[in-house]
Amino acid sequence: MGDIISMNKVKSLEPASAEKPLLALRDVTLAYADAGRRVVAAQDISLDVVEGDRIVLLGPSGCGKSTLLKAIGGFIAPESGTIDLAGAPVTKPSPDGMMVFQEFDQLLPWKTVLGNVMFPMVASRRFDRATARERAMETIGRVGLEKFSGAYPHTLSGGMKQRVAIARALALEPKMLLMDEPFGALDALTRRRMQHELLALWEELRFTLVFVTHGIDEAIIVGSRVFVMSSHPGSILSEFDVREFGDHSRADPAFARLEGEIEDMLLERKQRGPEYVI
Amino acid sequence: MSSDWFRSVAFRRVLVILLLAAAWEGYARFLGDDLLFPSLSRTVAALLESTRTGELPSRLLNSLWTLGMGYAAGVALATLLTTLAISTRFGADLLAMLTAMFSPLPAVALLPMAILWFGIGQPAIVFVIMFSVLWALALNAQSGFRGVSPALRMTGYNLSLTGWRHVVHILIPAAFPSILAGLKIGWAFAWRTLIAAELVFGASSRSGGLGWFIAEHRNELAIDQVFAGMLVVILVGLLVEIGIFRTVERFTVIRWGMQR
Repeated sequence: MGDIISMNKVKSLEPASAEKPLLALRDVTLAYADAGRRVVAAQDISLDVVEGDRIVLLGPSGCGKSTLLKAIGGFIAPESGTIDLAGAPVTKPSPDGMMVFQEFDQLLPWKTVLGNVMFPMVASRRFDRATARERAMETIGRVGLEKFSGAYPHTLSGGMKQRVAIARALALEPKMLLMDEPFGALDALTRRRMQHELLALWEELRFTLVFVTHGIDEAIIVGSRVFVMSSHPGSILSEFDVREFGDHSRADPAFARLEGEIEDMLLERKQRGPEYVI
Repeated sequence: MSSDWFRSVAFRRVLVILLLAAAWEGYARFLGDDLLFPSLSRTVAALLESTRTGELPSRLLNSLWTLGMGYAAGVALATLLTTLAISTRFGADLLAMLTAMFSPLPAVALLPMAILWFGIGQPAIVFVIMFSVLWALALNAQSGFRGVSPALRMTGYNLSLTGWRHVVHILIPAAFPSILAGLKIGWAFAWRTLIAAELVFGASSRSGGLGWFIAEHRNELAIDQVFAGMLVVILVGLLVEIGIFRTVERFTVIRWGMQR
């Protein structure tokens, strides 16, 4: 196992293709102060994401993957290193990177489904009202909620709320979709259905996706590339190309093998954890 | 099916009101002392009489006008303090200290000083009403703004909403249940404070409000008019609570599922 880790340290720096990356992270270190102590959430992270890529940040809770996603979205400024989106540095949150959170209360409870999906388009002043309405209806149809366009969020199930959040983000046609454990609060069956639907949407629209999860199977199914992260401080242990796996490959022995490999990697790291805590 | 109306809330409410009215009328007739406890029918007659002469409507209008000014001033000051409290740490400390100090202090207790400062009359009452609204509203609004979920805030920032656009599009609607609760509590405080303050004094020349109507008629021993005045105080309270606040709630926070 040890040699895989050291090998992949080098490998993870290589871009997946020769294409010019849409998103480029170079030696990004994220730190924050907690009760006067400096806590490093992520250290020296470098990765490239090309357009249409679906990358997954996978790791245990507290490994800094969500913090890294927020930095990519511009919510947190890196302590050192650079984050570039389409050649320009990311300095603040913008509709270029639309977030989908795990929490159901990310929807505006005072707006209907239609109002919620229209809101980013109108509030960001990228579309006029009529166009926004048209696009919103189209996207709501894509996630299969046309019957609920007039419903308020509190009347929807968890899965439907997440579909609305995804539609809201996609309707704006952002440069990338940033998802922070979006299916983490759903039951197992709904989660599987949502993974399937997300991939179907991707087949249709080919958006660039950065997806954070702690579910190994979810990472392999949703992603085209998986970055396995470890904690204390958050860093990338290894990168896996999982393009061949999708929603259909749950029964595939190779899928189970890869799942086991990643699990071992994370568990071994965890056992050896204490020496990194300091 | 035919017994559905019998079980409806409206029917039960009406039934309770009728029972209370019958109890009032029955007890008053049994007592037979109009000076201490006039019957419902006499009270209603007195109410119609002073409505006809125009005395009661003008007193009521006077009260509502005073209340409106005090309420508006209280809301304006609460807005200012809350803005300060959510945008600066000093403001938050200030509001926390002020509310801790002043919310246990009944606004009416300020009346003696208010009279010294502003003289006997409307300005003093407006001042105490403002005081009664201010803390209830500021405290509720602030806790409402604090309670806005991080996911909602970040959704706003994600759309490049900053400054006042973030406040208008995200924070105010998200904090609206608390703001509305603050307005409701503020109203209830203000109405009680107004009547109490007017009872204590409150007539400058001949233009006092409802509280003064009650105090004046008590001095004249026109007890049926006193009861009529109290009945109007109750009716206005119910009307605002149910007619205004419940309606606003039904079309906003209840429809949005932010309050049951």
